[in-house]
Amino acid sequence: MALNSKIPEGPLKDKWQKHQASIKLVNPANKKKLEIIVVGTGAAGASAVATLCELGYNVKVFAFQDSSRRAHSIASQGGINATKNYRNDSDSDYRLFYDMIKGGDFRAREANVYRAAEVSNKIIDQFTAQGVPFAREYGGLLANRSFGGVQVSRTFYAQGQTGQQCTLAAYQALSRQIYKGKAKMFNRREMLDLVVIDGKARGIITRNLETGELERHSAHAVVLATGGFGTVYYLSTLAINSNGSAALAAFKKGAMLANQCMTQIHPTCIPVLNDYQSKLTLMSESLRNDGRVWVSKEKGDKRKANDIPEEERDYYLERRYPAFGNLVPRDVAARAAKERCDAGYGIGETGLAVYLDFRDAIKKQGEKVIGDKYGSLFDLYNKIAGTSPFDEPIKIYPAAHYTMGGLWVDYNLMTTVPGLYAIGEANFSDHGANRLGASSLLQCAADGYFILPVTIADYLADDIRTPIISTDTPEFDKAEKLVSEKLNKLLSINGTKTVTSFHKRIGKILWDNSGMVRNEESLIKAQKLVEELEQEFWKDVKVPGDTTELNQELEKAGRVADFIEIAKLIIIDALNRKESCGAHFRDEYQTDEGEPQRDDENYMNVSVWEYQGDGKEPKLHEENLTFENVKVVQRSYK
Amino acid sequence: MNITLKIWRQKNRTAKGKFETYKLDNVSEEMSFLEMLDYLNTTLITEEKDPVVYPVVFESDCREGICGMCGLFINGRAHGPETGITTCQLGMKAFKDGDKITVEPWRSKAFPVIKDLIVDRSTFDKLIQSGGYISVDTGQASEANAIPVSKKMSDRAYDAGICIGCGACVATCKNASAMLFIGAKVSHLASLPQGKVEAKERAINMVKTMDELGFGNCTNTGACEVECPKEISLNHIAKLNREFLLASIKK
Repeated sequence: MALNSKIPEGPLKDKWQKHQASIKLVNPANKKKLEIIVVGTGAAGASAVATLCELGYNVKVFAFQDSSRRAHSIASQGGINATKNYRNDSDSDYRLFYDMIKGGDFRAREANVYRAAEVSNKIIDQFTAQGVPFAREYGGLLANRSFGGVQVSRTFYAQGQTGQQCTLAAYQALSRQIYKGKAKMFNRREMLDLVVIDGKARGIITRNLETGELERHSAHAVVLATGGFGTVYYLSTLAINSNGSAALAAFKKGAMLANQCMTQIHPTCIPVLNDYQSKLTLMSESLRNDGRVWVSKEKGDKRKANDIPEEERDYYLERRYPAFGNLVPRDVAARAAKERCDAGYGIGETGLAVYLDFRDAIKKQGEKVIGDKYGSLFDLYNKIAGTSPFDEPIKIYPAAHYTMGGLWVDYNLMTTVPGLYAIGEANFSDHGANRLGASSLLQCAADGYFILPVTIADYLADDIRTPIISTDTPEFDKAEKLVSEKLNKLLSINGTKTVTSFHKRIGKILWDNSGMVRNEESLIKAQKLVEELEQEFWKDVKVPGDTTELNQELEKAGRVADFIEIAKLIIIDALNRKESCGAHFRDEYQTDEGEPQRDDENYMNVSVWEYQGDGKEPKLHEENLTFENVKVVQRSYK
Repeated sequence: MNITLKIWRQKNRTAKGKFETYKLDNVSEEMSFLEMLDYLNTTLITEEKDPVVYPVVFESDCREGICGMCGLFINGRAHGPETGITTCQLGMKAFKDGDKITVEPWRSKAFPVIKDLIVDRSTFDKLIQSGGYISVDTGQASEANAIPVSKKMSDRAYDAGICIGCGACVATCKNASAMLFIGAKVSHLASLPQGKVEAKERAINMVKTMDELGFGNCTNTGACEVECPKEISLNHIAKLNREFLLASIKK
């Protein structure tokens, strides 16, 4: 199958306008006859559902949680970018586009990134109209702050809970459509397979997590807004139930996966405290606006932070990157922290942490101003770590956070399965090899509010004569049967080890061998370990209970079985990409200064993997990237 | 530390539930409360017991206090003995060796138990559906800075808008009232000029729906405010009452 990204011709800044003017439309009367399935209700899914319903489509919505308000976009903290240029600091669509392309280390598609920048202002307008209480100045106008990897202030925020406020706005818009009867909500449903009929996505198989019942749902098109698969690392900043199962199911039905090796390890998270820990907590990147990152100049210094005098502190980000200082992009900050800790300068008992210090900012701006900006984040830290950032510095260390890779989509956000779309973190499209801060909510809202609802018409216009899709077909029969067999198989093993114990091990294999730093040797080792683990899992996992009830161990078992397969895809992709770029850092390929060394001649592309059958290596396709509007350079933040 | 847990077990919506007692040894005070329950479940799954004891089901997702999915009644208090936190933010530091800890689901007519410690909170979704939004379609919005909002009112909206929908307010209220939940939403939206247009209708519809769904009335005991993990103030109920009263007079 050849990849066609369907990028419109013409100058970059005209592409989206031109595309909207030329794609097919579905008239309002016909929209009422069409059904769309949306899986996932985070910022992307909920905004898509609301907008599709407003346009007249009938939408069936699925979430595995008890309520559509729980999706993990809710935990996004620091903000959302837009090019309003309210600060008069020379911001523009082009500048945001450029920052994202450069931040992504020249591994993202120009046209998609530009479009996200282009619709960013409308997103702020929309959220404000929906009642998002973005931070304001005393004059009543909107406030901004800076994020990593940029030199302008374009981030809109609601303290440290921007994601919560934006996601709830989208959830409320979705709720309004449920009330109107346009959206039908299915909570506590987990998508376990995609149903493809005559080459088109026509439905899904779900499990009702309360009753265990398998259900069939059909539609004219299916949209996956199922988020990222960072929980494959076990310890991550994601919600503990976040998973990659919907994407993997789609992959096995022909949707290709792209850039699987590109996982963002976020530099500022609360460090691992003990072996029991079930997740890691993010400390928003916005804290680096006023917080200074440092370690002691002395190895293994056991003194308390406040006892270490100024001249004995190494502000290593400011030292290494004078132009961007503490606001370097996430991949750079994460590797720099790892470098200091590996060299023996890490702080605390484990030596796997660095300080993020607000002392100077508090001295300069006062507790009130700092509290206004970061109050909720300081509280969050205090509750977990037991110390107040007003009194002593925060301890941080990198943790798995965001998957830039995901389902490959064309300019219309359609996967390689006709009629199957992927939006938000579930797709690969906007962040290249590294995502810049405050651009995740941006992409979710761009896809959900302004892009998908437009582009999906281009596909559905040819489907207006297709009646409601029956679920009584051989394709639905087969998909349901396979799902049922897999569930029963998991229950029948009755081994000795818990599902979680396997999840922990898969996470550790990846973290140690395919984490912030990787190389051919570590990846081959990881490959072997994952294969052994897979065999052991299917022989020795213990899943109690049965399928006809609420069974959390069974839910987890299905997800972990899928994580094992996802881990294999991550490793294959990382092995294939014999260069370093963004978050994908292979230590064989680095500059003299320890920065990622790209190989533009051979890898200026998206690696796209096609399923070939269980146990078979997937087939590699490449989408070549062309940069016509930026000069491709070695990324520098010095 | 070694602890004794008394946990509510109930097979499904219709089954009759009861408390079961479990002894759990070697609990670390570094564990979070939910990690302690994870540990209990690991023990239950791997121990060969006859008859088999199934793991205790409970809900949680983000485990950082923002998704609102966790919510347990611990020793008679919603989200446990400390204030201003969710269950997932509670640490075992709050307990000591030899403690007996009682763990129950939310108890409220409006939140039926589904299994063990999991309840059905879909009535909260229904409350939001009945009016907890500003009716603006995608594309209709005006320029964000076209309508200035004073910092004071914007902050007030934020303070109400941070509700996580966990249900502790209802679970802890002797009348099982959802007034703090809807008060927070009404107050959040009515504090902003964008949300003022529909403020009265919103208040009336949400209160009406609350009554229909089997939530009780508010008698101003203030228990909800005490147990709210986000410390949402009772003042938002006053704001709701004001909107509701105004709407009733003008009707």
